[in-house]
Amino acid sequence: MSSIQRVSITKKLTQMNMLVCAVALSLACAGFVVFDLATYRQVLLRNLSIQSQVTGSNSVSALLFDDPDSAKRTLSALQFAPNILSACIYTSDGKQFAVYRRDASIQIPATPQIQASENERASSGHEKITLVHTITFHGKLLGFTYIQSDIQPLIARMENYLAIAGIMLALCLSVALFLSRIARRSIAEPIQRLAHVAGRISRDKEYSVRAVRDGEEGELADLVEAFNEMLVQIEERDRSLKASHDELEQRVSHRTAELTAANKELESFSYSVSHDLRAPLRSIDGFSLALLDDYGEKLDDEAKSHLTRIRAATARMGLLIDDLLNLARVARAELNRQPVNLSAMASSIVEDLRKANPERKVDFFVQDCLETAGDGRLLRVVLENLLGNAWKYTSKRPAASIQFAKRQVNGEEAYFVADDGAGFDPAYAGRLFGAFQRLHGVNEFPGSGIGLATVQRIIHRHGGRVWAESAVGKGATFYFIV
Amino acid sequence: MENAVILLVEDNPDDEALTLRALKKNNIKNALVVAHDGTEALDYLFGTGKFDGRDTRVMPHVILLDLKLPKLDGFDVLRAIRADERTRLLPVVILTTSNEEQDRINGYGLGANSYIRKPVEFGSFIEAVKQLGLYWLILNQTAPTASVSPKN
Repeated sequence: MSSIQRVSITKKLTQMNMLVCAVALSLACAGFVVFDLATYRQVLLRNLSIQSQVTGSNSVSALLFDDPDSAKRTLSALQFAPNILSACIYTSDGKQFAVYRRDASIQIPATPQIQASENERASSGHEKITLVHTITFHGKLLGFTYIQSDIQPLIARMENYLAIAGIMLALCLSVALFLSRIARRSIAEPIQRLAHVAGRISRDKEYSVRAVRDGEEGELADLVEAFNEMLVQIEERDRSLKASHDELEQRVSHRTAELTAANKELESFSYSVSHDLRAPLRSIDGFSLALLDDYGEKLDDEAKSHLTRIRAATARMGLLIDDLLNLARVARAELNRQPVNLSAMASSIVEDLRKANPERKVDFFVQDCLETAGDGRLLRVVLENLLGNAWKYTSKRPAASIQFAKRQVNGEEAYFVADDGAGFDPAYAGRLFGAFQRLHGVNEFPGSGIGLATVQRIIHRHGGRVWAESAVGKGATFYFIV
Repeated sequence: MENAVILLVEDNPDDEALTLRALKKNNIKNALVVAHDGTEALDYLFGTGKFDGRDTRVMPHVILLDLKLPKLDGFDVLRAIRADERTRLLPVVILTTSNEEQDRINGYGLGANSYIRKPVEFGSFIEAVKQLGLYWLILNQTAPTASVSPKN
């Protein structure tokens, strides 16, 4: 890019210089030559006129005495003037009296071409000048002289002039070329240097370079100054941008470290919960059962009932711990997105549910070919929860129906699990997805209240949404978008 | 197979009592050795420390190993068992409270033969112990070097 610029600006400068120089010189030469040639022609004419008058006055006596030989002798003196081609003396009535020809082929007009009122008449032809002059003696017209001269000197002079003009032009153009070199050094080169620096900056993003002033004055110096000033500002901005970028980076890595630490803590917390919180429950349940087994006979019904309640509460506590751990696991599990066949997944979950309660009559509809991208394991947890809930909340119906399909909701493709079970009061729909939130009593429908919180967390981790619609006794529909 | 020894590695006395009870309920009358921490388990296996002079040609038929143990934890014990020529082929069943993924991966990674989570509900635990006894003491055939190994 810079080399093209360099050629172009230098070339332009040189061309401009040469053109101006050539035009100026040509105009000057042309003016001078035209003026000089005009002047020279005047001189030639005057000389011719003098020669003509001299010849005329020398021929007066010959005309008076009608002596053409004498006139001829007078005319032959003209042979010493090399440019005179021919001459003639006419009598006053316009007849040729005496003739001189340098060359026999030269034509001489039969009568003098002059008006009666004129004293002298000059006419220029191609390469020739002709002059006709009256011969008078004491105011009486005796005859006419006719002289024809070539303009060879004029042509020779013009040729000389043209040669000189050519030489001058060549000389001036060389000088102009030399001057444009100097101009290039003082105008083009600083601009080129600037262009080079600008090119380097845009290429390397190195804002610390500066254009160097090399003795430039005036606008060029201003240009370099302004350019450098601009660079200072850009460098400043670049530096502050970098600084804030670094700071942000640092903050991010700091936060990441904090988050990693928090995650680790959560992980070890879950780990010990998983190990340590369940162990006492096993003891409670184990020894309660031991009491019932070993001392059943000694216990009355109330005591047995208490023990049964203790065991039920223990089982529930175990369930809660497991669900909570699941929720925590979902939160920290790495998302592994892959194509997932939701239809096949739902069908296999339905099969498990049927196996668990073979006595129930539930009509299941699962739409074919529902595929999405997501973490298969986590999405399975979602479907397990939603289909499990549908299964659970339709348990009081003699014949229930549940479906899993996809439909357009406000222009978005949403998956949904719909049932015709107990449903819920839409006024509490907002609380549905909070941990430990339940809209039904444990006696009515068992559960930890963590399942939907887990579902929501998984869907959110996929960047999706989950919501539910229902009315009491009218079944419920759970939608999700991933 | 009633002379086959079971090694139970368990630090919690409640769990120990409940496991004994479950074995009894299932009529499993094999000799049961209980080690209360990892070091004790290795002492038993290699005839050192408290078990100095034990005939180490007699090796347990199955080791029921808890993971959370004082001193050496279950993984350390498993690692030591698999690293020693005398014990590397012994069947080890991890019997623990958690079902943490990380524990299962580590357990199998270190060469556990089975991983069983102790259910909270004691009836289920009795059932699990029954299956365990049936499988590891009756159905399962140990490697020939596992039960009898020459003493150095």
